[in-house]
Amino acid sequence: MAEPLIELRGVTKRFPGMKALDGVDFAIAPAEILCLAGENGSGKSTLIKIVSGVYDFDEGTLLIDGMPVAGLSPRAAIAAGIQVIYQDFSLFPSLTVAENLAMGRLLSEGRRFIAPAECRRLGTEALARLDVNIDLGARVGELSTADRQIVAIARALMSQTRLLIMDEPTTALTGREVDRLFALVREIRAKGIAVLFVSHKMREMLEISDRICVFRNGQKVEEGPTADFTEARITRAMTGQDLGHERYAWAGDASAEPRLRVQGLSVGELVRDVSLELRAGEIVGLSGLLGSGRTELALALFGMEPDYRGTILLDGKPLALASVPEAVEAGIAYVPEDRLSEGLFMSQSIARNVVASAIDRATRGPFLSDDAVTALAERTVTDMRIATTDVEKQVGKLSGGNQQRVIIGRWLLTGPRVLILNGPTVGVDVGSKAEIHRRIRELAVKDGLAVLMISDDVPELLHNCNRILLMHRGAIVDDLDPRDLQEDDIHTRLKTLR
Amino acid sequence: MNLFAKLMRRSETAVFLIVVAIMIVIGAINPAFWQADNLFNLLRANVVIGIMALSVLIVMVSGGIDVSFPAFAAAAMYLTVLAMNAYGYEGVVLPFIGATLIGLICGLANAFFIHTFRMIPLIVTLGSASVVRGLLLGLVGTSIVNIDRMPPALIAFGRSSLDVGGAKLSVMVFVYLGLAVLVGLLLTRTMTGRSIFAYGDDAESAKRVGFNTRRTVYVAYGLAGALAGFAGLLHASMIWLANPRDFVGYELDVIAAVVLGGASIFGGRGSVLGTLLGVFLLVLIKNSLIIMRIDNTWQGVVIGCVIVIATALTAWRDRKTLA
Repeated sequence: MAEPLIELRGVTKRFPGMKALDGVDFAIAPAEILCLAGENGSGKSTLIKIVSGVYDFDEGTLLIDGMPVAGLSPRAAIAAGIQVIYQDFSLFPSLTVAENLAMGRLLSEGRRFIAPAECRRLGTEALARLDVNIDLGARVGELSTADRQIVAIARALMSQTRLLIMDEPTTALTGREVDRLFALVREIRAKGIAVLFVSHKMREMLEISDRICVFRNGQKVEEGPTADFTEARITRAMTGQDLGHERYAWAGDASAEPRLRVQGLSVGELVRDVSLELRAGEIVGLSGLLGSGRTELALALFGMEPDYRGTILLDGKPLALASVPEAVEAGIAYVPEDRLSEGLFMSQSIARNVVASAIDRATRGPFLSDDAVTALAERTVTDMRIATTDVEKQVGKLSGGNQQRVIIGRWLLTGPRVLILNGPTVGVDVGSKAEIHRRIRELAVKDGLAVLMISDDVPELLHNCNRILLMHRGAIVDDLDPRDLQEDDIHTRLKTLR
Repeated sequence: MNLFAKLMRRSETAVFLIVVAIMIVIGAINPAFWQADNLFNLLRANVVIGIMALSVLIVMVSGGIDVSFPAFAAAAMYLTVLAMNAYGYEGVVLPFIGATLIGLICGLANAFFIHTFRMIPLIVTLGSASVVRGLLLGLVGTSIVNIDRMPPALIAFGRSSLDVGGAKLSVMVFVYLGLAVLVGLLLTRTMTGRSIFAYGDDAESAKRVGFNTRRTVYVAYGLAGALAGFAGLLHASMIWLANPRDFVGYELDVIAAVVLGGASIFGGRGSVLGTLLGVFLLVLIKNSLIIMRIDNTWQGVVIGCVIVIATALTAWRDRKTLA
């Protein structure tokens, strides 16, 4: 390895009651793409914050270019060429692309006034460096997520950047956009810039990085060239155990009446003449590029697209799904894509979140019964193995994986017959993901629940589904049997759908 | 995108077209509407509400809301007029500086609470409005300074006008437009102005990029207070009267005008041009209600409806751009 750009030696960071980092040695060299792997709470974020000067540490040394640095501040980190792109990009939607790009430079020069021409010049330069074309005069709020990310990257590279830290940059991107991002990251490396990459997706880590560092409980547990790693090895290092990898097999009766039968379903121009069947105990995957109509299809099944055309039959009985309560009443449950904004009441307790969809089950007369609420919540916590000792804890304080379990658990209380999951493990770490998968399979096998799993995560679909449907421009174009397939087959198939 | 499509997507264009449509209708009903005297009077009626709207615009762009400006305006106006009388002061420059400073101090107090304790601007400004009004009436006095006791210099200043084709155009209109240009330049051409937008978009991000967000908050509320103070004294000089109970209910009109002009109550959006048009539209509506002899109480109903509809439209627009 070349002379490291930045190095940590025996760094320990304590928070009240825990060690977030415990004697960690870490180094990154110029022109290197390094992936940090680890579950939530393993110390990845703490490490990023130490390197970018946000956190101070308790023991150990931090070296930049081989020189020890004490008390690195965010400003000093930026001056040393360290730039972080946070998950939310920290862009300003109401300012133009040019202004967003130029702002950092103008601020660091202590400017008081801004000239549009100069913003435009700085913006043009910044985008030219990445060889991308985005309208400089557009407001950032009008751009797609992928374009916003490019603006964020372009902005980060405007100063003399030597290390670019990207925190889960692919979460909101579609497959093709991820390819474009990776091409960009490789170009950045070619300029001699180091890239520190945090991702939850194994496949991406293996594809993009030169080296992988795995963290668990604040310690670095494995480190090595990416070529030495496989998904199984990373998972083992992250969780400290082997997670089951057998695929889901459905042993139901294919001739029985389907639990859910959809015939000729259309929603405006977004979903066109879709027919599908879901049998009890089946876990059917649904994938497709963003805008393929898969979310609209799910929303129609959940009564949120009352203007749909076509027929929906549950156990042979036709349903008219004009509203969410009707869908819930019929036995359809939907776990939305964005649990933060669509699913959970973040400032409320686990118990209140759990009973939100099944309030009638926790009442005594016209009033809510605290005991019943607590009992239901405690049962859900046990069933879903939610990591908490207190059902009164705020949902916002749980990890992503546990939040997802709360929302799935909530829907199970409504006694659903069909469960629709949209991105069930987005932003959830590996251990939690396995746990959610285990529970979904258990529900399908034991309770005969019919599950429709919408996901971009191809391994997740292959692993858990007995059938996979691909959607494109509103229509189902493929009905695949995962037993015959490898990951790459599906990726190839998805790439041909443009 | 061609220029026309770009123009049509701006909320300013929509407001402008509505203004033109209303003017045509009123002009058709009563041709006297188009007389220079009437139009100049209309513009004159824009001045005080307009300056207050500029003050609210700044705060709204920063993602906050300010309901304390009427109280600050009343305090600045009344204290300054009393001081002028007490010292028998003959000029106007110093009094206006004084009124502006009073407003500025009040605004900075708002900023202090909002920034230091991360309080909700609505609550802080409701509170400060109540405190300032209470102190003014309780400690300073409740009696109205009538025209006979108003400082002559102030009256003369408020009366100054230009002769345009036989009709009198108040110089105050130019004061207003001058301030509007200054606020416009501040918001769009200075780093401080852009920091107010950035802060309104996302306070945390603004901090990360390196803006001094504390300064941003102080500038936004301080400036808002200063403009309110200035508008207060200007109002007194234009109506030759200083009433410590004045400006009650102005919150509604002014906030309505700013929202009409396309500013978002969620911050980050809004322009001076839009605000000027919004103010003009509001004054136009109120004026035509008076011409149509519609009762004062019903005017409140109309203005309330205008606010709700305009807010609904901007919220709908914001949701559409988010999707």
